[in-house]
Amino acid sequence: MTKLLRFAVWLAVAAAGAMAVATIALHRGEEINAMWLVVAAVCTYAVGYRFYSKFIATKVLLLDATRATPAERLDNGRDFVPTNKWVVFGHHFAAIAGPGPLVGPVLAAQFGYLPGTLWILAGAVLGGCVQDFVVLLFSVRRDGKSLTEMAREEIGKLGGFVAYVAVICIIVILLGACALVVVNALKASPWGTFTIAMTIPIALLMGVYLRRLRPGKVLETSLLGFVLVVLAILGGQWVAHHPSLGAMFTFTAPTLAVLIILYGFTASALPVWLLLAPRDYLSTFVKLGTIAMLAAGILLMRPTLHMPPLTRFIDGSGPVFAGTIFPFAFITIACGAISGFHALISSGTTPKLIRRETESRMVGYGAMLAESMVAVMAMIAACVLQPGVYFAINSPAGIVGQAPEAAATVISNWGFPVTANEMQALAQAVGEHTLFNRIGGAPAFAVGMAHIFSRSLGGQAVMGLWYHFAIMFEALFILTVLDAGTRVGRFMLQDAFGHIWKPLGRTSWYPSILATSALMVLGWGYFLWQGVRDPLGGINSLWPLFGISNQLLATVALCVATTILIKMGKARYAPVTLLPLLWLVTVTFTASWHKMFNPNPRIGFLSHARQLMATGGSPRVIFNDRLDAVVTGFLIVLVGLVLLDSAWNWIGILSRRRPAGVKEAAYVPSVYAQEEK
Amino acid sequence: MKRLYRAWQVMAEALREIFDEAAYSRFLRARQLVSSREAYAAFLREQETAKARRPRCC
Repeated sequence: MTKLLRFAVWLAVAAAGAMAVATIALHRGEEINAMWLVVAAVCTYAVGYRFYSKFIATKVLLLDATRATPAERLDNGRDFVPTNKWVVFGHHFAAIAGPGPLVGPVLAAQFGYLPGTLWILAGAVLGGCVQDFVVLLFSVRRDGKSLTEMAREEIGKLGGFVAYVAVICIIVILLGACALVVVNALKASPWGTFTIAMTIPIALLMGVYLRRLRPGKVLETSLLGFVLVVLAILGGQWVAHHPSLGAMFTFTAPTLAVLIILYGFTASALPVWLLLAPRDYLSTFVKLGTIAMLAAGILLMRPTLHMPPLTRFIDGSGPVFAGTIFPFAFITIACGAISGFHALISSGTTPKLIRRETESRMVGYGAMLAESMVAVMAMIAACVLQPGVYFAINSPAGIVGQAPEAAATVISNWGFPVTANEMQALAQAVGEHTLFNRIGGAPAFAVGMAHIFSRSLGGQAVMGLWYHFAIMFEALFILTVLDAGTRVGRFMLQDAFGHIWKPLGRTSWYPSILATSALMVLGWGYFLWQGVRDPLGGINSLWPLFGISNQLLATVALCVATTILIKMGKARYAPVTLLPLLWLVTVTFTASWHKMFNPNPRIGFLSHARQLMATGGSPRVIFNDRLDAVVTGFLIVLVGLVLLDSAWNWIGILSRRRPAGVKEAAYVPSVYAQEEK
Repeated sequence: MKRLYRAWQVMAEALREIFDEAAYSRFLRARQLVSSREAYAAFLREQETAKARRPRCC
């Protein structure tokens, strides 16, 4: 009877999910409620977790609760600590959730809500969650080894080297693209700039408070920091209206870019406890709270989506970024569907905390489902806006023009009516001078979030506060990613340079710290500068480049996972990782080809360079286009080599010409085996 | 009620872990120290490299 009831419940969940997906996919001509997206997501995730992840856990990976994990065997109370599964889940989610799942879906909404939403659901359940889960488990079985170490041991030296280079490249491109999002959100916005500028002294104060006044009271300190940030948002409104202070915090995009580059360098060289750690705590605190608030806001308000399921821009002529749904929707949304960067977290801190092997399913697969839900919420936030407003915010001046009336006419002629007056009123409501050409995704997300919140709390009167809260929250995320990413990159460079000259590898030697920090900052700073000077706004070239590099890292992670599965004698289950791998190869290689060689100058780097040469364009922009093409080609060649190396391994093992031994830690029985499941 | 309390406990435990308070408690226990500026400074020194090498996802 219980079995029958369970069957009936799951059948109902699947039917509800199918109905919701059918509604969002087949509804035409009428606006739909955002709850359809929520129901489709929740049911898809529930079915995926209950059935697919269980299949992977029991048939493919053979999770073994009796086998001791490194957290148990190597427990040192520091890095390796057996931890409650819910605690690890929260820890892992806090580490993988960043600005990506918020920005990507907002940009991809130019195609309408349908393509992005379907990709988020399918990509997460069949690709992203699988990658995170499998990499986590394989790292757990290898004493918490990193992705690059596993690639070297299981595929070969080339795999390890490429993974290492890919990680550095993705960090550099990621930081450049993220910094550009912040610049575009803060340019000519004294309120936003003041709020974000204040987070620096607030973080420093938190660092000192934590170290000197209340040692170890991090939650209390974070709460204090949060209160100060809210005060900074309130103060920002006053500053923006102050004649001299307002002018002092009004910056152009190039000035902001220089300030962020200087900040990145300084933050990377300062002691961790002073800036990085408190900012990280503050960012995590705001992140967890805001995501929970956004989820509650959507559930309570049940907003209507004004964006159609598909827009005319599926033909590739979109103003936000150029390119057709395939392959560009799939590289624009990375973190909400599948993100190679997660493989670094799944093979970093998390495997050292897992208490029982069986819990890696909930942590690896489950946390990625939660991240995917965040991406669905971002899609909803973008699509509750009137399409005309969405395109007015997200279209660069190079496409729609700088004058508000001209831009409104162009956008209205696309079939998305909007007026300059309407945009002016909205800008006034959120406390900005203008909302035209605020590309990058963050302002559109912030307006959407403010729109949802202001309907329940405070109405239009506090829309500006909600908008700047959302901007602060995204910028805080991103600056934390900048701090942490620059530092991680610095350590990686120091590790590598240490092989050339030992002192360069010493992480406490200041000349080495300054040199490697400068190298990292110059790397991402160059991409940022290039984006700021780009007449098309930079997002058009940088975000796809970031998406490609992130997905290429996922390709490397899935190569490692497939190789290990084949070595485990599970070749018949290899499609679990092989199919997402093939999909990613198809998507990333096609997107790279388009970005390098497409004859449309808005898509192809080289054709854009040729167009500029023919029209006497800036030599610097021409150089940047060629550089982007070379970087894309370089990444593709590297990952192509890993693919070939992996395929060579697979063929060798399957034809029994190569030994199939995996490099797992030896089996040790676990004392946690008998605990309640 | 019991379940709610347990859920609250787990959430608080997760927050303590995410915000490194649990790690600091373990540090104090392992070295049989009481919380002080010096102990926290020693904890931060021990954590410095590990924390700086921890990537934050995009």
